[in-house]
Amino acid sequence: MTLRPQTLRRALEESLLAVAPEADLASLRPDRPLREELDLDSFDFLRVLEQLHTRTGISVPEADYGRLRTLDEAWRYLTTR
Amino acid sequence: MIDFTLPSLGADMESALFVAWKVAPGQRVGRGDVVCEVETQKGVVDVEIWEAGEVVELVAEPGQRVAVGAVLARLEPDDGPASPPGPPVVAGAPLDKAPSLPPVMEPEAGRPPAAADMRRAIAAAMSRSKREIPHYYVGHELRVDKALDWLEARNRRVAVDGRVLFAAVLLRACALALRESPSLNGHFVDGAHQPSGMLHLGVATALRGGGLVAPAIRDADRMGLDAMMARLRDVLGRARDGGLRASELGVATITVTALGDLGVQTVWGVIHPPQVALVGLGRVLHRPWVEEGRVVAARVLHATVSGDHRVSDGLEAARFLNALDAVLQTPETLP
Repeated sequence: MTLRPQTLRRALEESLLAVAPEADLASLRPDRPLREELDLDSFDFLRVLEQLHTRTGISVPEADYGRLRTLDEAWRYLTTR
Repeated sequence: MIDFTLPSLGADMESALFVAWKVAPGQRVGRGDVVCEVETQKGVVDVEIWEAGEVVELVAEPGQRVAVGAVLARLEPDDGPASPPGPPVVAGAPLDKAPSLPPVMEPEAGRPPAAADMRRAIAAAMSRSKREIPHYYVGHELRVDKALDWLEARNRRVAVDGRVLFAAVLLRACALALRESPSLNGHFVDGAHQPSGMLHLGVATALRGGGLVAPAIRDADRMGLDAMMARLRDVLGRARDGGLRASELGVATITVTALGDLGVQTVWGVIHPPQVALVGLGRVLHRPWVEEGRVVAARVLHATVSGDHRVSDGLEAARFLNALDAVLQTPETLP
């Protein structure tokens, strides 16, 4: 399924907020590891991916986890799926 | 007719603020049903009832402060003659009744409470632990390549919501390794170790915004890997979003602290009284390893045991760590 960039962006942001509701996404440093910016452990990260899957149908295999470390990288990865 | 009374959820707990009823007079309840919410020093907790029957009278009212042991409601039980009021205080008794032991460590529960209150509660529990428990510490380096590769292969075959985290693998491995280590399990009460026939694995977890809870995964020795992952998700989710239950607090017979990906190499933890041991797991590290006389790249993890020297010696903790190592080298035994 190919989503419009705006829809994809919103889905990514909502997925992050679902797990880190107190996060201020506007001030998030997009080139820093998401796990540190948002204090996500492996459990949280899995929840983000599940949210993303529910909202976009995109399933991120474990082998690709290293390609979504920062917000910028995650965005680049998702727009090519 | 029997009384449903307020259970103790921590040694320094004398009372709680009654918040709300989840049942009404005339309603039938079953064992394990959540019947009310109370607020403790450290948050709102769902309280379960351990008798089946019909609710006759609600005594406590929202906003009321109730003492531990006070009657909250009256119930007509299914089984006829009334059981003795209050939970049984026998070590090894089915821990599915309200916590029978006075746990000092009140694993924080419910909605994220005032940070200062939680900090005070942790301070009290940890101070008591250091005052009363003569700790010893034993550590070991475990190679986890086989377990990680096995898990990766397994996860590749399932959808994202079927994935098992390495944390669940570690807990499952601990549960298996603890089968042979009764001196690391149970509670120290009234000057003696009361070994438990059950394994309720406390999982220390940090709350977003600060604070620490260690709810128990009950009967961790009786669930396979997928069930362990499901329970872990459930418990961690409720720990962070609010909604831990009375039956998960103060009942852990041993606790595991795993600082995980954001953590450090080694954790030397503090035992949560009245437990008698704590397992500390560091994060996965890439390290050189000697294999058949050659240096290879390996993924390793430091595992430690903090033990109560009144109850166990280093050798028993060492046996556990070696058993843990053996399980992780044979991941096919995990499910």
